[in-house]
Amino acid sequence: MSDVKKFLYVNRKAPYGTIYALESLEVVLIGAAFEQDVSLAFLDDGVFQLTKGQNTDGIGIKNFSPTFRALGDFEVTKLYVEKDSLEERGLSPDDLQEIMYEDEDDDWEEKPSIRLVSRAEMADVMADQDVVLSF
Amino acid sequence: MAYEVNGSTVEHDEEGYITNLADWTKELADVIAETEEIDMNEEHWAVVNFLREYYDEYQIAPAVRVLIKAIKKEMGPEKGNNKYMYELFPYGPAKQACKIAGLPKPTGCV
Amino acid sequence: MSTLHTVNKSPFATQTLMSCLNHCKDGDAVLMIEDGVYGALANSGMADFVRAKSASLAIYVMSPDTAARGLAEDKLLGEVSGVDYAGFVDLVAKHDRTQSWL
Repeated sequence: MSDVKKFLYVNRKAPYGTIYALESLEVVLIGAAFEQDVSLAFLDDGVFQLTKGQNTDGIGIKNFSPTFRALGDFEVTKLYVEKDSLEERGLSPDDLQEIMYEDEDDDWEEKPSIRLVSRAEMADVMADQDVVLSF
Repeated sequence: MAYEVNGSTVEHDEEGYITNLADWTKELADVIAETEEIDMNEEHWAVVNFLREYYDEYQIAPAVRVLIKAIKKEMGPEKGNNKYMYELFPYGPAKQACKIAGLPKPTGCV
Repeated sequence: MSTLHTVNKSPFATQTLMSCLNHCKDGDAVLMIEDGVYGALANSGMADFVRAKSASLAIYVMSPDTAARGLAEDKLLGEVSGVDYAGFVDLVAKHDRTQSWL
């Protein structure tokens, strides 16, 4: 495809209190079929979407956190996570689940999808897009 | 709407996807396959089993190209291709195989 | 290359305005709409922060939304300009992308 655009999905909401997080993930998966240059941004309460150890058995809502680990199969391999947002919430990168993808151009080597960025770097990522979709 | 398996019934939606994923059994898969006019053989089962394992791990059905890549890895390039998959599941590997595997309709399929 | 940011939440209910302003690049525009217009109040606890940011950003407020909420112009920051719906469209057209802060 000749006309590839840069799409950024901005995630700023915690996972289960509202439907935003799940809707975002579904749009990302559907949008993956269009083979664009897709990135995901996690900032503010959005960083809570990626924490490990989520178990929704008691609240009757599907736990969609494992699905983030499938994103690599959909060629979505850039998950920008804002360090400042983690720190403000008392979280460290170790509190996030490991998300890997296989790099087709590098002999299928496994590489981490999560890229930690500062607030200023996140602003740069946002300013570098053709289309920004907010959730 | 429901499938009948060994005298008990399993509910499904208007398109034939079962309502409660926990209701799935191998016997049910055969019943669903029959309504899809598919005679399940080992090759069908390999795809269905892959889909179920993938869903168990990621809570989502794989994209078709992921499915094909995985089949290629497991069974070789003569099977890991679109043509072979459509021979197995003429009405769409994602839709039909997911239905038989007892998974929800794949995200992105309309 | 610049971005139009829209904010539709009151800064007294969520961190949305704060987060938006902290992710803007110099030369970007911010348009407060719906409950976001409360961010333009001149005597609020947010006023100093918004005023400081207005040095490097163009900040707008949706006039029909301030009118609906009874916010008279003299209650709003002087650094914030009012626009109508046509002005909103002009802002979208003038920038390279639009980012909604929800």
